[in-house]
Amino acid sequence: MIDTNISRRAFLGTSGALVVAVSFTACKPKGAGPVTETQVTSTPMNAHVEIGSDGFVTLFAQHPEIGQGVKTSLPMIVAEELDVPWEKVRVRQSEIDPKYGFQFAGGSLSVPMLWQPLREAGATARAMLVSAAAEKLGVEQSQCKTENGFVISGSKRLPYSELAEAAALLPVPDKAELKFKDSQDFKILGRRITGVDNEALVTGRPLFGIDQQFEGLHYGAYTKCPSVGGIVKSANLDEIKAMPGITDAFALDAKGEVDALKPGVAIVGTSTFAVLKAKNALKIDWDLSNASTFNWEEFLERSKSAALKDGGTSLFSDGDVKTAFNSADKTVEHVYAYPFLAHAPLEPQNCTAKVDGDKVEIWAPTQMPTQAVQMVAENFGFKPENIVLNQTRCGGGFGRRLFNDFVAEAVAISQKAGVPVKVQWTREDDMANDYYRPGAVHGCAAALDASGKITGWKVNFHTLSKDGETPGRSPNAYMDNEFPRHLVDHYSVNETVTKMAIPTGWWRAPISNGFAFVYGSFLHEIAHETGQDYVELVLSLYGDDQIIPGPQGSEINTARAKGVIREVAKRSNWGKKLPKGRAQGLAYYYSHSGYIGEVVELEVSADKAVKVHKVDVVADVGPIVNMSGAENQCAGSVIDGLSTMMNLQVNIQNGQIIEGNFDTYPLMRMPSTPEIDVHFIQSNNPPTGLGEPALPPLAPAVCNAIFSATGERVRELPLSKSGFRFA
Amino acid sequence: MAINLKINGKRVSSSSDPETPLLWFVRDELNLVGTKFGCGIAQCGACTIHVDGVAVRSCQTTLEDAEGLDVKTIEGLAGKDRLHALQQAWIDLDVAQCGYCQAGQIMSAAALLADNPSPSDQDIDDAMAGNLCRCGTYPRIRAAIKQAAGMGG
Ligand code: FES
Ligand code: FES
Repeated sequence: MIDTNISRRAFLGTSGALVVAVSFTACKPKGAGPVTETQVTSTPMNAHVEIGSDGFVTLFAQHPEIGQGVKTSLPMIVAEELDVPWEKVRVRQSEIDPKYGFQFAGGSLSVPMLWQPLREAGATARAMLVSAAAEKLGVEQSQCKTENGFVISGSKRLPYSELAEAAALLPVPDKAELKFKDSQDFKILGRRITGVDNEALVTGRPLFGIDQQFEGLHYGAYTKCPSVGGIVKSANLDEIKAMPGITDAFALDAKGEVDALKPGVAIVGTSTFAVLKAKNALKIDWDLSNASTFNWEEFLERSKSAALKDGGTSLFSDGDVKTAFNSADKTVEHVYAYPFLAHAPLEPQNCTAKVDGDKVEIWAPTQMPTQAVQMVAENFGFKPENIVLNQTRCGGGFGRRLFNDFVAEAVAISQKAGVPVKVQWTREDDMANDYYRPGAVHGCAAALDASGKITGWKVNFHTLSKDGETPGRSPNAYMDNEFPRHLVDHYSVNETVTKMAIPTGWWRAPISNGFAFVYGSFLHEIAHETGQDYVELVLSLYGDDQIIPGPQGSEINTARAKGVIREVAKRSNWGKKLPKGRAQGLAYYYSHSGYIGEVVELEVSADKAVKVHKVDVVADVGPIVNMSGAENQCAGSVIDGLSTMMNLQVNIQNGQIIEGNFDTYPLMRMPSTPEIDVHFIQSNNPPTGLGEPALPPLAPAVCNAIFSATGERVRELPLSKSGFRFA
Repeated sequence: MAINLKINGKRVSSSSDPETPLLWFVRDELNLVGTKFGCGIAQCGACTIHVDGVAVRSCQTTLEDAEGLDVKTIEGLAGKDRLHALQQAWIDLDVAQCGYCQAGQIMSAAALLADNPSPSDQDIDDAMAGNLCRCGTYPRIRAAIKQAAGMGG
């Protein structure tokens, strides 16, 4: 409730918004004693900071929380430069507003993109509070300092809460004049700060998309064709409408473009169970004339047999690869393959929409809230100012929620049914309607001279895309500085693209999640077959300290690469003696601007049961924002990597996804979880994100360890395809 | 005919479809949304609740099954003015990533500790094997259960 609405002109750096003093009821968690009503006045200093009259500051988290921890880590950056104690911070999820720029969660980009702007937001507000204090006390700004939410001058201590109203009216200082803390003086950054939603999570309070409930809400289910691209001919709608609790049922026509509505049948009713029961009774006659007929196994076998033969289109050709191979002392050739994957976030897709004439309000667990608003405006004709999108916490993302197809469904269904609807996908809907990590095949060849130096490197890459031509859109595109480009003089990549209509998308550590397995394994094979020490070979490949050029933000500093390799070898006691059947495996990979080395220690029984005992992770991602979150992301990435490489694959037969639920897409469970030790090499390089880069090296580290333990080389994932299983 | 049961200590009477899984009953009708839907086929444990003190999958337990029984959801786990030791340990050790599985994890762990106040590592793995965490928070779940057990459950 807003009790004062003071329209004063404010000089707000990012938006020129009005200063609005609001009062709200400070809520205490349920079950934590009686709720006391407190009138709190809150003064916005800028888009990120509001200062309350009660001594608390409210910081706004602008990007979606998908489990990567940004609802905690981003406000920590603001709080540090604002110079307030973390105990006096409240965090709220921000609205979707252009003043926050493009709001999204992806590419491990939140921290690197927002580090500087958020420091500026905190430092700007702090500078204005200092100005206000200097004015009030009649002293120079240089005679004031800040500490824990106070401006201090001599013996005077003024709390921010007493300065905020005056400070908010002052001119916004120039960015160039802002003073930032030295990292030595950080009080919040680098600490172990626990998640701001923790108490709400453990007491079951509503946070997620699926938790939205309100008076008049209806529940919806939407059934799409099991074959990608099929459209509805007819359905037993009358029968469905007559079922108890069902208020409406209808078919929706659509082209099925990425991010838009797919054709299907909607059922609306008064409870989730009623609509799910009706969904089970639904009989749809599909027109399959334009449906996909893609078969993964067929592609796989064809590509594997072609992978070491010449062919495809040249992507890169440095030096003279042909001569390098012709004059080689030794060559090594192998073919590697990895499957399609589903994201399978634990919260199945859902979205709540309330269409009211020309207005719509949406509650969406999306990684792309700004894009969702744009999509709804474009596809449904709402004016952007008539769209309110509330970003909810997301029960996992992993890249799945970068697409807003579920948002389109909720809006379309609410619009047609004329009631607010929460559209709930089943797990089976979620598995069958993903934007999958595409599988691929790599044929790799290396040429070595008599000294064992790698002189030539040749890859045939067999991949898939929608039009058979432009894999640039595909999450398997080759990067300019993909390993080991610029490290090997004679380097080439040829690409063969097969046309396929199955939608693909970005899956945690896109590209790297497959490529790391290929190159990390291949290097180990090269070392073994040429009798070289594997770690020495990798280190020598990186050579002298240098910067490998790449697109902005992806230049590779080989000193940092070698640093994590050496450190993880040291911490894991690399090369230690182990009993028969037990071995270590090491892999290193650079992705999402992070340098990560991992060592796995595992044991394999005679019947191929794999027990992973220990995983050592060493990461160099610059300074750590939140130590607790950073360790959790690395450990989670290791577990995701292990879970995925052991048992997970999406099979596609005749355009249909075969796996339907966790019984056939078996995520790893607690008993298989190894001990994980995470160590950071902290530096003053710009901080980069941790949602993804610790995943890619896990698969090659495990495969290399399995080879050392058993002599069996795995060149195709998942491991279960070769008969391995968790012990 | 109405079905009577107890939810978090309160008597509840419902005339809904007796086949309604408790998962959807507590979420849609009682607005107790802490219990989560993940798979619907007893694979993920996100929907774990207690029925007469036993951890069960609420996606597989119908209203009818619970007639006359005592149901506890995550919302009913805390004491009057104190969180359950597991909830506190979960907060302190910062277990959650996305957090979606955690209510189910805590309910499974609470049933374990009620039965076995000082579980071994093996006991913990066995009791928690039915709960998936897509984000991979298993190491911290283990640690939080041990911490809570040390505090007397
Ligand atoms: S929803 Fe009940 S076990 Fe997954
Ligand atoms: S914390 Fe995300 S599923 Fe467990």
